[in-house]
Amino acid sequence: MVRKVNRLSPFNITALALGTAFLYLPIVILVIYSFNASRLVTVWGGWSLRWYHEFFNDRAMLDAAWMSLRVAAASATIATLLGTLAAVGLVRGEGFKGRSLFSGMLYAPLVMPEVISGLSLLLLFVALNAERGFWTVTIAHTTLTMCFVTVVVQSRLASLDRSLEEAAMDLGCDPVQAFLRVTLPLIIPAIAAGWMLAFTLSLDDVVIASFTTGPGSATLPIRIYSEVRLGVKPEINAICTMVIALIAVVIVIASLAAKLSSSEAKSAAPL
Amino acid sequence: MSARRIFAQPARYAAIAPYLWMVLFFLVPFGFVLKISLSQTAIAQPPYLPVFDFTEGWAAIKAAFAQLSLDNFSLLVSDNLYIGSYLRSLVVAVTSTLMLMLIGYPIAYGMARLPQRWQAIAMMLVIVPFWTSFLIRIYAWINILQHDGLLNKVLLGLHLVPAPVVWLSTDTAMYLGIVYSYLPFMILPLYATLAKMDPALLEAASDLGASPGRTFWLVTFPLSLPGVGAGALLCFIPIVGEFVIPDLLAGSGSMMIGQTLWLEFFTNKDWPVAAAAAVALLALLVPPLLLYDRLQRRQLGGAS
Repeated sequence: MVRKVNRLSPFNITALALGTAFLYLPIVILVIYSFNASRLVTVWGGWSLRWYHEFFNDRAMLDAAWMSLRVAAASATIATLLGTLAAVGLVRGEGFKGRSLFSGMLYAPLVMPEVISGLSLLLLFVALNAERGFWTVTIAHTTLTMCFVTVVVQSRLASLDRSLEEAAMDLGCDPVQAFLRVTLPLIIPAIAAGWMLAFTLSLDDVVIASFTTGPGSATLPIRIYSEVRLGVKPEINAICTMVIALIAVVIVIASLAAKLSSSEAKSAAPL
Repeated sequence: MSARRIFAQPARYAAIAPYLWMVLFFLVPFGFVLKISLSQTAIAQPPYLPVFDFTEGWAAIKAAFAQLSLDNFSLLVSDNLYIGSYLRSLVVAVTSTLMLMLIGYPIAYGMARLPQRWQAIAMMLVIVPFWTSFLIRIYAWINILQHDGLLNKVLLGLHLVPAPVVWLSTDTAMYLGIVYSYLPFMILPLYATLAKMDPALLEAASDLGASPGRTFWLVTFPLSLPGVGAGALLCFIPIVGEFVIPDLLAGSGSMMIGQTLWLEFFTNKDWPVAAAAAVALLALLVPPLLLYDRLQRRQLGGAS
């Protein structure tokens, strides 16, 4: 009976098909052209790994990629730690002072234009006389990505049955033990998903990194961005394809982590 | 109840570290933006006049305050470049948000109609681009849109156009890039409200003789409005300050405020004016940000 009003119409199917094609076609084309042997990005010259070789001989690009990976790993780790603590504080510790300011601060960066966040952090670093480079970018990325981690972990934590912790405490656990032994294992998939989201967001950012990095420590997106401004180059296709592949691996691991948890883990899906 | 009370204590302490972090790296920086927006350029490099020197005591601080000026803001108001980019940001954000609604709604609606099993897959398909690099996705479009790119090849091949069309560096390309990048942000909140909707309501409407179109307008659409609002804000706010997409895809004719800020900062090296532009942009965004915050709270309901 429900099916009657709820079934798919040809219109629904068309919308879904066109939507999926729109979202994926450009990426598929990019990946195919990264294996193009021709120097001209628009002329197909047969399959080749030429541009991948080019990347692995490009010192500047390799340095930038290494810098990006280190920043992403460091900021995702700190962000996951802080974001998880923030989620625990928000969901389990009701009514502390300044709670609404806290949750406001955690939601604002999700939508705040990056130029504002980047500029304001830079002005802070200048005022503090901090040397700009790896750590300033890492701090900037941590600030942004911990908010995403908080949202992901918070939604998982909010859907957990609180009586589990209470039972643990009735059985003699102190609150910290109850959290570590009962709650933490239940929210680990969400924490893992949060880490991976933070990692990919950091790997992607141009704007905030441009503001907060110093001379000689460009991240990969900054490099790609300045190359792209000068025109399309086949080497960039290869680099982008490798980044996509890396992120695809991360997504597969994240969804496996989600599968490992119970069926309610659906609510812990990224975002 | 008592167990709950005890637990609340350490959980509260859990928030201390992230709280301090956000105050130091999110809230305090705005103070610096505000301060520098009120200061004057000194040979385009820091330190700016006036500089607060807290070691000199209260009198020096008062003197420094006296030197704060609104010059940068009067520059923003008097120069057409800034007003122009302010207005352009608004126009671009409103236009693209409307386009996103028109394109995102049917997709989210279709997703909500899929069988349960397929809904999870469709959801994954929408989220994956969100994880995939945004810069790379814009770059992918440059590949397609350039003069002898794939789009022109297809159009020429089908004899739809007599000569290659200029796509890159046009507003069409920019809107395409924005819609493409922000589509997941529109679809996800829409899908969330549409999927939660009770099918019994639709059945009731059809039992009472409403046509599918009427049911949609009188039942489905009004009930999905919170999702429409959340999606619109989630797209509108960042689009206003967008930098990368207009910079790579739009023409050099008129800039959005994010680009103006970037230009003042990196090219003209006028930090005080860049800071003033940031304050102005923030002022423009405060009402939608507050609205977004309120919607968030309502959607999270008891959870937060």
